[in-house]
Amino acid sequence: MNGTILRAEQLQAFYVLDMFGTRRVVKAVNGVNLEIRENEVYGIAGESGCGKTTLLKALYGAMDPPLRLIGGRVFYRVNGQDVDIFSLRPNELKQLRWEYISYVPQGSMSVLNPVIKIKETYRDFLESHVRGKTRDEIFEMAKEHIAALGLPPTVLEAYPHQLSGGMRQRVTIALAALLKPRIMIADEPTTALDVVVQRGVIQLLKGIQESLGNTIILVTHDMGVQANVADRIGIMYAGRIVEEASVEEIFGNPLHPYTWYLINSLPRFGDKGMRESVPGSPPSLITPPSGCPFHPRCPHTRPICREQMPSFFEPVAHHKVACWLMGEG
Amino acid sequence: MEKLLEVEHLTKVFTLGSLLSRIRIRAVDDVSFYIRPAEIFTLAGESGCGKTTIARIILGFEEPTAGAVIYGGKRGAKNERVWFTEGVQAIFQDPFGTFNPLRTVEQYFFETVRNYRLARTREEAIRLIDEKLRAVGLSYEEFAGKYPSEFSGGQLQRISIARALLTDPKLLIADEPVSMVDASLRMSVVNLFKKLKEEMGVSVLYITHDLATAYYVGDRIAIMFRGNIVEMGPVEKVLMEPLHPYTRLLRESIPEADPSKRWSNKIALTETEYQEYLRTGCKFAGRCPDVMEICKSAMPGYVEVDGVLVRCYKYTSL
Repeated sequence: MNGTILRAEQLQAFYVLDMFGTRRVVKAVNGVNLEIRENEVYGIAGESGCGKTTLLKALYGAMDPPLRLIGGRVFYRVNGQDVDIFSLRPNELKQLRWEYISYVPQGSMSVLNPVIKIKETYRDFLESHVRGKTRDEIFEMAKEHIAALGLPPTVLEAYPHQLSGGMRQRVTIALAALLKPRIMIADEPTTALDVVVQRGVIQLLKGIQESLGNTIILVTHDMGVQANVADRIGIMYAGRIVEEASVEEIFGNPLHPYTWYLINSLPRFGDKGMRESVPGSPPSLITPPSGCPFHPRCPHTRPICREQMPSFFEPVAHHKVACWLMGEG
Repeated sequence: MEKLLEVEHLTKVFTLGSLLSRIRIRAVDDVSFYIRPAEIFTLAGESGCGKTTIARIILGFEEPTAGAVIYGGKRGAKNERVWFTEGVQAIFQDPFGTFNPLRTVEQYFFETVRNYRLARTREEAIRLIDEKLRAVGLSYEEFAGKYPSEFSGGQLQRISIARALLTDPKLLIADEPVSMVDASLRMSVVNLFKKLKEEMGVSVLYITHDLATAYYVGDRIAIMFRGNIVEMGPVEKVLMEPLHPYTRLLRESIPEADPSKRWSNKIALTETEYQEYLRTGCKFAGRCPDVMEICKSAMPGYVEVDGVLVRCYKYTSL
């Protein structure tokens, strides 16, 4: 097994909003423990509003108000040392960004400056991270990088709006891979793309991971995409990871009722049998349900589910779950 | 055979660019199909294939360059707005954009009741609204006085459908109704179409890029590519034994929720959308693995193979 590269302990990150004197707290990440390994694709899945994006922001150390770190720690393994990212000074964190860990946010338009050509974005980027290169050398580096990833060289001369959504997304991913980071975080990289284009984007992401041998944290609600690329999957519900296992285990032997619904609600070719959605509606993160947050929607609720949050334990080797049905916890 | 709605040789040309560099794009190019009573007909394809333009033409938001829409045996029936919209109602993609966030959702229902004179008293209106909400698994009590932000995407989309049902329509035009709804709640909307068809005999023109739900819920399907229908027939045939190379590519590119079925081969993405639109021959010739010389010069006509209409030279010699 590969070593741990990123570790989160009891991570809590809330949005604290003060509106006309009333304080509202959105418990977006509420006690997450994670151990992400070197050279793996770790998928995070869950419904919209379950805290996936906030978890990524916290793992990236991007705590901008109203998002606040309430508790817990995040460690990166840099050159054999565990580094607590919330104890770093802003300029130290900035140094790690892009070279050690990079982030592909949702909606590629926000990364690329709309009024300059793609090559200018690449130049800006390389000039601030690579010292002692001339403009021409930098341009050559960008061209080589683009060609190595199989994108047409003409994209460098284009403005972002001239590219299709899929091409823009691939340019953004290429940019995030430029400095060969050890960890890449991708937030819904294929949402709103057509299936054929989506396949191209996934192909690129997977290709980068294989050639660099690095770690990708992939957030997407699309279980089909998860099945196709992830090595391990964490299922997130109401700000917590409720199940974690290898991709084969998650799809072959889901233990949490929520995971079971996520997988079995998907229609499959060659099977017209009735499919059901997850019952009920996603929970509020301002007033989350008591006990296990899934209990109002769960068909197997027991009295204890309403009162106490089950602990995250390992009933099967390398398969963790937080559910009272699986035993004492 | 009875046809509820028929689309005949529909064509829509858009002009892009300035006065000097003008590009004419045939967004919809000679498209014909029909929908039977109590049938779910799927129009599927990627973004920019013209499927939404067809919906907009049917609903009368857009004038076709050529061709006609026939509803209830009448050509250009959409000119008789009230009669047409009573029978044909629409559901749109973005459930959060459909409703004004500052108005309660019930206001939309009362407005529809008023516009079509569906009830004489408020009590009668509430009874009608409650009946339609129950058909989609909600009720008037849990919905009265609430704002759109108090519902999930799936609930709002079901509320949209309940509103469309007020006039007892014969046909629903649903343009990407589940693409913005969470995957975990999608089936609650899709199952509803099935139920409406089976219990109330409502037909649905289901416009989507999601072939998996199309297979699950649909009866017949038409696959569109760059303004043309390239393959049309029963879902079982078209999606399980695709004939057109484009349908095959689409079908293979859907990630299946099964880690043992990962993609092994790589695909090429080359031309941009409008370059493909401007091709003279088959629009797919630039990416087709089975391309022949003839494909680059002229668009193939339709051939019927085993109950499926397909537009590809591979089958013309049959």
